[in-house]
Parts: sequence; structure tokens; C-alpha cells
Amino acid sequence: MKIGVYVCHCGGNISEVVDVEAVSAYAGEQDEVVLHKDYSHLCSDLGQKLIAEDIKKEGLDGVVVSACSHLFHGETFKKVAETGGLNPFMLEMANIREHCAWPHSDTPAAATEKAKEIVQMGIEKVKKNSPLKPLKLSIGKNVLVIGGGIAGIQAALDLGDAGFHVSLVEQKATIGGRMAQLSRTFPTNDCAACILGAKMSDIPKNENIDLYTYSEVEAVTGYIGSFNAKIRRKATFVDDSCVSCGLCADVCPVSLPDEFQWGVIERKAIYQPLDYAVPNKYLIDESACLNIKARKKSGNTEVCRKCEAVCPRDSIHFDREDEIKEIPADTIIVATGYDVFDAKQKPEYGYGRFKNVMIGPEVERVIVHAGEGRPTRDLGKRIGFIQCVGSRDEQLGREYCSRVCCMYATKLSQLITHMATMNGQEKDIYVFYTDMRTFGKGYEEYYKDTMKMGVKFVRGRPAEVTENPETGKVTIKVEDTLTRQMMESEFDTVVLSVGLQLSEGGNRIAEILKLPKSADGFLQEAHPKFRPVDTQTEGVFIAGTAQGPKDIPDTVAQASATAARAMRLMVKGVMEMEPVKAFVHTPLCDGCAVCVDSCPASALSMVEGGTGRIVEINESICRGCGLCIGTCHSDALDLHLFTTGQLLGEVKGALSGRKGHEHRVILFADTMCTYKLADSVGTGKKAYADSVRIIRVPSSSRVTAKLILETFALGADGVFIGDCETKSTPYPGSIPFTGKNVAVVKEILALAGINPERLMFFQFATVMLPAFVRLMNTISETAAEVLTSAQRKMLSEKAGTLFEGGSRGR
Amino acid sequence: MAGKIVLSHHNIDFQKQIEKISGEKITSCDQCGVCSGSCPFTDEMEITPSTMMKMSQLGLPEVMEANSIWICASCFNCMARCPRGLDLSKVAEALRQISLRQAVDSITIENIDKEEAARLPSIALVGAFRKLTG
Amino acid sequence: MENDKTETVKIPYFPGCTLKTTAKNFEQSALRSMEKLGVEMVELPKWNCCGTVSSLASDDLMKHLAPVRDFIRVEEMNNTGLVDNEYRMLTLCSMCFNTLKQTNIRVTSSPEDLQSVNQFMYLEKDYEGKVDVTHLFELLDSMGFDTIAERVVRSLDGLKIAPYYGCLLLRPKSVGIDNPENPSIIERFISSLGGSPVMNWEAKSRCCGSYHTVDNKAIVIKSVKGIIENAREFGAETIITSCPLCAFNLDNRQEDIMKEFPDFDPMPVFYFTQLLGLALGLGDEVLGLDDNCIDPRPLLKRSGLYE
Repeated sequence: MKIGVYVCHCGGNISEVVDVEAVSAYAGEQDEVVLHKDYSHLCSDLGQKLIAEDIKKEGLDGVVVSACSHLFHGETFKKVAETGGLNPFMLEMANIREHCAWPHSDTPAAATEKAKEIVQMGIEKVKKNSPLKPLKLSIGKNVLVIGGGIAGIQAALDLGDAGFHVSLVEQKATIGGRMAQLSRTFPTNDCAACILGAKMSDIPKNENIDLYTYSEVEAVTGYIGSFNAKIRRKATFVDDSCVSCGLCADVCPVSLPDEFQWGVIERKAIYQPLDYAVPNKYLIDESACLNIKARKKSGNTEVCRKCEAVCPRDSIHFDREDEIKEIPADTIIVATGYDVFDAKQKPEYGYGRFKNVMIGPEVERVIVHAGEGRPTRDLGKRIGFIQCVGSRDEQLGREYCSRVCCMYATKLSQLITHMATMNGQEKDIYVFYTDMRTFGKGYEEYYKDTMKMGVKFVRGRPAEVTENPETGKVTIKVEDTLTRQMMESEFDTVVLSVGLQLSEGGNRIAEILKLPKSADGFLQEAHPKFRPVDTQTEGVFIAGTAQGPKDIPDTVAQASATAARAMRLMVKGVMEMEPVKAFVHTPLCDGCAVCVDSCPASALSMVEGGTGRIVEINESICRGCGLCIGTCHSDALDLHLFTTGQLLGEVKGALSGRKGHEHRVILFADTMCTYKLADSVGTGKKAYADSVRIIRVPSSSRVTAKLILETFALGADGVFIGDCETKSTPYPGSIPFTGKNVAVVKEILALAGINPERLMFFQFATVMLPAFVRLMNTISETAAEVLTSAQRKMLSEKAGTLFEGGSRGR
Repeated sequence: MAGKIVLSHHNIDFQKQIEKISGEKITSCDQCGVCSGSCPFTDEMEITPSTMMKMSQLGLPEVMEANSIWICASCFNCMARCPRGLDLSKVAEALRQISLRQAVDSITIENIDKEEAARLPSIALVGAFRKLTG
Repeated sequence: MENDKTETVKIPYFPGCTLKTTAKNFEQSALRSMEKLGVEMVELPKWNCCGTVSSLASDDLMKHLAPVRDFIRVEEMNNTGLVDNEYRMLTLCSMCFNTLKQTNIRVTSSPEDLQSVNQFMYLEKDYEGKVDVTHLFELLDSMGFDTIAERVVRSLDGLKIAPYYGCLLLRPKSVGIDNPENPSIIERFISSLGGSPVMNWEAKSRCCGSYHTVDNKAIVIKSVKGIIENAREFGAETIITSCPLCAFNLDNRQEDIMKEFPDFDPMPVFYFTQLLGLALGLGDEVLGLDDNCIDPRPLLKRSGLYE
């Protein structure tokens, strides 16, 4: 074979830690390697050309690219191989960035030694590779959009208009989200209802959009192309015949604070969440309705049926129950939005204790009511805004800037001033800030206009608010940091500009979809610059404030971006996949048929072959979990891309540089969770034991008991198997199977007098960075003492006799 | 008259000295002023606590001349609220230490009334002497 | 014995200097009250001053030696059988509590610092880091204020008491016994004795002026005047504290205030243990009300709590 090895500097990312020249030279010394080069950026145009031309010129039939993760640029280099005329599956990536240079950046010498072995793993694997064709996964045109705020609405409309089928799920009784709760919007002062209302009403008009309001996503299974969401449609007790005449609410005896109005006014137990609600109908709050409460408590159905009695269309039905619906989806857009910071966590500002301390969102509603001439509370003449409440505050563990508060406080002061002027009144408004951040288009001008109107901006973070118990007036104590003088100033109303945080619903969806969060608690995008609306999970996108605080223009832009990213996959309709499929070494199959029942996808069957009955695999059904291999006593089954020969080749490579006293741990990492997690750990530059060598497998069930024993026999001192959590794995059958395999091998280890903890199995979610580091360090410590050759020999013998006695047919 | 600051490496040395003794990363102060508002004795101080922080950041030796560093009684109220998690009592202590280590105290024992001293609780005396004379 | 129902718990007790001099009434009322509640406070043998104010400089470990010596005494008490596996070190004085706890946090979170301190000491065994510095309020809380309420024989019905936390019971956060911005432990203590805690008053954790009372009386007078007036504004009849320095400033400095402001209306100040003792039925000889500067007896008489 003629193998070419390329070692990438990655513009310093690798070469500042790993001695790339030494690694390249080392590769050059290996059998069958005819060419070795190091290069600054292999992924650049020139770098790609270099490889493609070498393939042609030198007639390479195997290539190892030692650079970043297979998951990062693997596809790029496969195309390079094709350009050079080489089957793409004759190229292997050796991940010396995420799995070596980054996590071991503090120990460059060790990293260089490790990098050599990782390259060797690639060389040994590629020697066993064979040319294959990629598989195609079909992707339909159904999108699930979670969250019906402006982000979800925009994404749904873009997709619906383009002809894709959208299921829009909103947990509230109306769409519109947080934007619908605003008075006007900066920097144009458009009324939120006026610009949003039209978009909201477009949703039910769009024939491609199915709207599910008052519904919650409870579970999502599957993966791109075949997601399945279970949603709970909560009972509204009012059917679609309702025309929102409002007679019911007039007679309803129960009043409670209206959450949509931030409690500024009250609503009834039967209510319409918003006068321009979509869908435009009433619903009953079952936690407040006297009839429903009585039914649940005592079964009495006759308590208060006043609304039912007056409804002219018989729309009210107290006996309705929640419904569960399953929605299939090819892609998912998460647009779950934000909650505001709970200002009671800053007791020094007195929110909840002092009636004249309000939060910004409450003032939004006061302004709406005042603007519509309805009775509402009087904010008084002197109003003080306190900025950064729940933002930029390490005391609360919230370091981030919420990005919209400077502008919404500025907007509220402008609106209040403007309304007062119209009524011939004057206001004294002060905004106490740490830094004014008015970065958006037209924002600085808006800020200036507000200053011109006479609003005073005082640079200082207030220390505390006190209340005069008699007058209820509230005093802010603050330093004006520009004049360096203390101010104590009394106000009629103090408004706290509360920051943003991931919503409760967002947290729940993150849990369900296993989406990682960034340090600020918002959902983590796949790449902060180049994949800002993608997630780590293929086919799942994030839009709006679920990803981080942002204003309406950015939210809308991001929402359209998610629609475009989802369309990109769905328009193409297929996704190329690695042809990970089981196959049969026909001469070895003795027709015992044990494997047939083991296949979770029922892809195996018995057919008449040349020498009698043998097993046959239906490739279109096979999911590539590799489970069947472990059931075969004659080594007749194998898996493309992850053959036993390839995996053992990698194991040999991983142990190739080992000196007598050094120990090695082999981590068999499933692609979807563990391998991805190891990449994230590297990207996060989190160090773990450098004895760990990572071998990618599709699923833990590919790691048979025999393979584990052979790995030990070849020289590993510890073996770690990582797979996904049961609810997120694409191969649910694998987990119990691996559990059994691991138990069998642990028993053998114990019998051989070897600490069974040298073998570990763990189910990771892609967010478990600290757990990964801890477990790698643990197994490395456990395996620190190298096994003796006698022990290895014993395990090697055991590997050969696994299927003897009662274990056959496991 | 507006003052003028001319910076030199002495300023950086001084800033680093304060950081070393206090153990606080004073350059991370963003001058929000919450400390000054939280301090019960800002009114008694010649410069506000946030000014003390700014001058320390810039390494201005004039900070030593302000009574503020001696007025601070380490009540930790500023620390409890600092959004950058800084402990200003440690910065004030560092500034006091810089003075005290040059044998410049802030308390004159002779001036304390004998009768008064007799009835003061011992913790008052020990506290005062440890803070104000090292 | 009134406390024969429950077994007596023995806890190492660090008095500190002031409780043996100007705050004897604090100590007496605490010792006897706790006896009633089934706790024997066993004084540390050979204790030394904690240093009063915690050293805040990062580079002078020396000043942490004194507290560590006291911690070693607590470990010794356990080794010699004076107490049985009881590493809580009980303090009454807020300043001692804060200084001891800050040192304990520093040496137990830094093995190097602990080693340096241990190496410095010749006569003592090494400090093993087992001590848990505990304020009496924390002990009472852990015993349950409900339990204490059951032992009350003279309920402080209707007495409007302002809980004064001062600084050192609450801050820094790592040391404090409650939320620094919104504490409730003393309020709960007051309620358990049947008293009415003054809620939400602003000066409850404002510094009294501390040791400035030695050379800058003016600052203290101004601060104390503000604190007392704020308490009164919120309806308080009296203030309680757990710090002998706060007590001195709040109580004795009112005389100085009166000299300067003849209209100033003084307010009695108690150690919290004096009210605890009163509620548990202890007599004048234990409570030491004579030693309080502003005579609290007229108030107690008015409230029917004193004959």
C-alpha cells in the first residue's frame, strides 16, 4: 500500500503544542508510508490541492490527515480524496487537535508523543480500509418549531411560505410571546401589537402551518429525518365555535392577576389572553375555575356554571381533558425565548416589599393601558430607573450583559416623557447606569434623542433603595461616579431594568433535546461565529433569546437564518451518511442463526448459500449498531468502516509508542455522544489523563467482549466504553447488550485476579464535560500499574474461548 | 483647577504592590460605584471608595493621602455587593499596610483619654491598634 | 434540675477577651440560659485572644496564628475527653466569630498555609482542620427555635425588638450565618421568645463605627444616632446585638449623643442572651442589667416583664 500522511499545524492551534515536524518524521518511518508532510492549513484551498495532487502524482491508495476531528473537517477531506481520484473511505482523520493538542496544551512534550500514536492509529486503520460507497439518508419536509414568539412565528412563516410543513407548538394560549407584552419597540417606537399582530394572524392563514397553542412538548425521540415529538395539548374547555364575544368573562365570579399583563391588571378564570390573541378564543384557567376545581375535588359537576349558561354558542365544556399528540418532524427549531430575572433576588432594591418599586416589563403594560386611556397606576412625577438588575453581577453568578435593558429603559423614559408632554405634564426621569450600551442600528441616535428630551443619565450602580413607610416614596442611594459625589434622591417610582435568562420552557426543552448550555445559561450554538444558529445535534436549530439576550431585529434575523439552515437540509432531501452496515464473511458463517434474533432492526435472515444455510443482511434496514457481531461465535459478522481488523489496527497503533512502564487506556467512543463530547472537552481545553487513546465506534455494542479482551491482550491497561444516554441513543438495543458484555468481561478480569474496574462503561450526554474529565482521570489512575505479560496472555486465551460452554448463543 | 496625571512605570509598580498585598485583581473594577453607595462612611471620606479603587488601578500614590483608607472599618458591605466580586476591604487594608510598614500610623496613643480607655471594651482597643498601627 | 428531661450536651466555648471584662453580663446570661436549654458551654483551657480583626492582607499569615492556636485547643479537648467528638467551637462575640471563622476558612482551604502555620508552632500538635466555628445564634437555630419557644416561661409579649446584625455576623458571605441582604435568623429568635421583631428596618446591618470609637468618636456618634433613630422610626422599643463592641457603641455612646443632642431620646440595648435569659425565667443577678448603660428596666417594667 502507498500511504501519504499529512500533519496540519492548524495555524498554530496544533503546532504551538505538538512538534508537528517530529510527528511527520515519525510517520515517515512507518511501513507503507511513502510520503509525509506537515502544512500550515490543510483545510485551506492550497492545502486541499496539495493532498489531491499528491494522490494523483504519487498514486497514493491511502491517506491519513492528522488534523482536527473527523466531525469537524472529515467531510471536507473526504471530498479532497475524491478530487484526487481516491475512494473517500481510503482516507482517515487522525484527531490530534481536539483529542491531543488542545486538552494537553499544558504538557507539549507528552502531547507530541501522544500525537505520534494517534497518527499511527490512523495509519494502522487505513491499512485495513476498503473502498466503499456513501449511504444516503432521506430527509422529508416537516419542521417542528417550538415556541410561538416572534422568533418561532418568523421561522414558521418563512418555512411555510417556502412550502415546508410546519408544526408550531406554543405553551401559552396565544402566540406572540414576549414581544406581544411590550408597549412600543425601539428605536422606531412602533406599537408592538401593531407590527406583531399582522404576523400573528398570518400563522393560521398559512395552509402549511399547523398551530398547537396551549401545548407542551413532553418528549422527542429520533434524529434528523425521523424525529418524533410527543406533545400535550392542554384542555382549554372552550371549543373552536367560540367567537370571543366575552359574555362568559362578564359573569365569571373569579378574578386573579393577569400574568400576561405582569399582574398590572386582573383577568377572570375564563379569559382571552390578549385581545388580538391567535387563536382568537377564550379559555378556562382550570386552576382558578370553581366548577373544574370542584369536579376534581369531589366530583360535583354543578358548582358555578354561569359562563356555560350565558354562552350563546355552547362553546364551553367543563369535562374536556388534555390530549396527547405525536408529531413527526425532519428538523426542529427551538425558539423558546426568555424569562426575566427575578428581582426579589436583589433584596436591597426592595422589589416585592416596596409597592413603588416596579420592574421594566410591568411598566410596559402600564404604558399600554395609559396609552389606550384605560385606568392604570400612576407612576408619579419622579421616576428612577436602575440598570443591570440581574445582569453583569458576579454576586448572582450572572456575568453577562442582557443587551436590551439600556435600550428598553431609554425607550420607557422616552415614552413616559412623551405621554406626559401630550398631557401638559412634566416628568423628572433619571436612569442610573454602569455603562450605556446602545450599539444597534439607530440606537445611539435614539439615546441622544432621549437625552435631548431631558431624561438624565447618571453613571452609578445604586447601592440600595429605601422606602418612606408613611409616604411610600422610594429613595435611591448611589454614587454619581462622574462627579464622585453621593446622591440620595427620592422618587415616586423606581423601575428595575431586569435582565434576561433562559426561560423555564427553554430549560425543559434543553433537557428533552439534550442541548448543551453555555456558561451564561442560554443554549449553546454549534460554533459562535460560523454556525450561530445550529446546535451540536444535527437537524436541530436555535433562534432568538433562547440562544442569548438579543433585540427584536436580531431575533427576527436569526429566526430566518434557522429557517434557511433547516431548508438547506430539507431541500436537498438527502444527507450522505457513512456506510456503516454489517456484512458477512461468508466462508466463516456456519449457519447457526443465533445472530438473527439479536438484531434490533430485524435486518438479518437465513438464506441458502453455496455451502448451506448462511446469514444475509438487508442493508437498507441495518442501522449499523454492530450488535450482531458480538453474538457470532465464528467471527463471520463484521461492520463496514469499523471492522474488527480496523479496530484492532487502531488499538495496535495506540500502543505502538508505549514504553515498558507506561500505561494506556483505550476509550471506545460512540460517534454521537462520547466522541462528540471528547471533542467538546478538547475545544474547552480541559485537560485529562494523557494515557487515554480514543477509538471511534458507531455504538458501544460494536465493542464485543472478545474485542475488549483482545484490546487488553494487545497491551491496554484500561478499557473505557462510552455511549449515549438511553433516551438519546439512536441504538437503544445497544445499551443492555453492552451492559451484559461488560459484566462478562469484568467477571473474567476478576477471575484472572485483575481489578475489574480497569473496564468501565458509562453513558454520556454531550454536555457532561466535567464528568468526562473525571472519569478519564479515574480509569487512568486505576490502570496506572501496567498488566503483566502473563495476565495479558491469560486474557488472550480467554478471548479465544468466549463462546465455549454455556455462553454460546448469548 | 483640573488636575493632570502623568503616568510612569512607578504607577504600575504601585498598582502591582497593592494587588500583591490585597490579593485582589483591582484592574477588574468597572467603576460602577456600588461600593460608595453601600459604604456607611462615605460621607466621612475625602475620596469615595470607588475613587480609591480607580486611583489604585492607575497606581496614583495620592490615594495614600486620603483619610478613606483609615476610615474603612472592614464592614464588608461593599464586598457583599460588588458586581465584579472584589473585596475592597482588602484593598483598603493593603493601602494601610503600605503605610504602616513604613511606620506611618494613623492613631496617636497619647491622644486617647485615659478614663475613656479604661471603659472601652478590649476588642475596640485591640481592633483599633491592629488596624491603625499594624 | 429543670433540664433533666434532656441529656446535657457539652460544647467547647471560646469566650474572648471582652466577655471576661466589659461584657460579663453577656457571658453570664449566655452560660446560664444555655444550661437551661441543656447545653454546657465548656470553656477552652488556655485560650488566647483571637486577634479581634481578621487580617485581610494576603502576605501576613503570621496574624492567623492566634486563632489556629485556639483551634488546636478544641482538638485537644476532644483528645483529652473534655468534650466528646464535638468540634463545634462556640462563640458569643460577633468579632471573635468572624475573625476565627475567616482564619479557619483560609487555613482549611489552603494546605500550604496550614502547613506553614503548623510548622511555626513548636509546643502544640498540628491543627488538623476539624474545627467548625459556630456562633450561638447558629446553635440555637440548629436546636430549633420551636424547641426554645417551648421552654419560654416569661413571654416577651408585645416587646418591639429591633434585631441588630451589624457587619460581622453576615459578611463576608462565606462567613455569614445568613443571607447578607435579607437575613432572618435574629427575627426568628425574637419571635421564639414571644417578642415582636421589627422588620425591614434599614440599619440592621449597618456598621456602628466599630473600633473608631477609640480615636474618632464623632463618626461613631453619628452612625449610632442614625441606627437608633431608624430603629425607632420602624417602631422599635429596644435593640439587641451579639457584639460587645456594637453593644458599647450602641449603648454607651448614647450618653455622648445626649450631650450633643439634648433632645435625643435614648433606647435601651440588650445582649440577645439577656432577653433569652429573661424569657427563660432567669433573675436579675444573672442578667446583669445593672451593667447596661441605658437602663432597660423602665421599659421592661412597662411591658410587665420586670417587677
